[in-house]
Amino acid sequence: MCVFLPRFFEPSRSMIFRHIKRLSFTALYLGASFFTFAQTEGHDSGAMDSHATQEIHATHEEHAFHNSEAEEHGSFVAGDFIIHHIADANEIHFFGDINVPLPMIFYVEGKGFDVFMSSEFKSEGHGHNAHAIKMATGPNTGTTYTKDPDTGISAQGGEVFWDISITKSVFGMFFILIMLIVVLRSMAKSYSKKPGTAPTGLANALEPLVLFVKDDIAVPIIGKGKADKFLPFLLTTFFFIVASNLLGLIPFIGGFNITGTIGVTIVLAFFVFVISTVSGNKNYWGHLFSPPGVPNAVKLIVVPIEIFGVFLKPAVLMIRLTANISAGHIIILSFVSLIFIFNQNFGAGGGIGIGVFSTLFMIFMNLLELLVAFLQAYVFTLLAAIYFADATQEAHH
Amino acid sequence: MELLSIIFEITTGHGLAALGAGAAAIGAGIGVGTIGKAALESMARQPEAADDLRANMILAAALVEGVALFGIIICLLVALG
Repeated sequence: MCVFLPRFFEPSRSMIFRHIKRLSFTALYLGASFFTFAQTEGHDSGAMDSHATQEIHATHEEHAFHNSEAEEHGSFVAGDFIIHHIADANEIHFFGDINVPLPMIFYVEGKGFDVFMSSEFKSEGHGHNAHAIKMATGPNTGTTYTKDPDTGISAQGGEVFWDISITKSVFGMFFILIMLIVVLRSMAKSYSKKPGTAPTGLANALEPLVLFVKDDIAVPIIGKGKADKFLPFLLTTFFFIVASNLLGLIPFIGGFNITGTIGVTIVLAFFVFVISTVSGNKNYWGHLFSPPGVPNAVKLIVVPIEIFGVFLKPAVLMIRLTANISAGHIIILSFVSLIFIFNQNFGAGGGIGIGVFSTLFMIFMNLLELLVAFLQAYVFTLLAAIYFADATQEAHH
Repeated sequence: MELLSIIFEITTGHGLAALGAGAAAIGAGIGVGTIGKAALESMARQPEAADDLRANMILAAALVEGVALFGIIICLLVALG
């Protein structure tokens, strides 16, 4: 986390600059989380199309099962179940009907803010139904909001509004942010309190990770002198990604899928893009627009590809992280779905029988995901470091 | 003919997306397998370079995997939309 790094690695920087840097990173993450979720809200609800999602877990049996029974009330649709669990939501869902509502924040243009809890959304029909259209009235502006599981949230009167609600993923990000600040600040303090002695406690536990990012990623790739400039960002990103990945692996606390949400990773990738662009030196831009030693005719082909690559690199970073983490969640949820599918098609015996194997595979996948959680954070940080190294390369011709 | 009709039946639905996901998995399997093979051979020849090789192996595998995931994302988009 950047909050402790300036003291840790850059003792020469002035105090004020340190504070500005620290605050600006925190503000960026906070701002990013708001911006992101206003944007992902629409994206996710678009993916909630109940007919189209059925094919995610496409096996023959399931295919037949969908065609015959999917429309019946109460039957289990694996695709819907999986998408519902990996998508962002306005409440933290534990199990059954047990939910923790989260605040909804809407800004209606020209009218002002509406703040209310997501439990205000009530369906007109009866009982619990995931597909029911729910409605709520804003306490401040009087706007009636309609929450359709297929199309997302809209205002009934056609008002234009901005959705900056604290969704499940935003809540998870706040949690991680506070946790990282508390843990890493206390870790940094323990270093300044007892300089020169071996670390104890939390600092002892986390020091290998910090040193791993510093000695195995930043310094060998970016170079000794220049790495210090990028270390705060690399460490922040690394710890943020690791913490969000691990939070998503804890069962029964709502299944956070923070880094599996494209809105989060797009912001992380955007930071990488901005930092590598801003810190690009004349060699970087020279290689980009006029690669040395390349004939002019070839430059016509190479330069557009290089410029395309500048935007492609962060985009690939974004998709790799999202797809990897979401894929892990989808696989685990598919094993859960198998139990229900067998239970429905072959009775309770089939459900219990497959349940034993499903559970074993789920445990195996969870352990594999533990590895992936660290691996993906490592890969993201490593690639970010490589892009920074590209941007600050020295001439070597 | 039987097989062809089954394949046709699959491909007319969203099944084509599932086939695409399978193809992406084949591609990623070949790619990551080749990387693993090369890295293992190099580590066996030069055990002292194992740490360097491992880091580069993971990096290369992640790049290959990224391409495969592109394919899978597109399949997912087809299946969902």
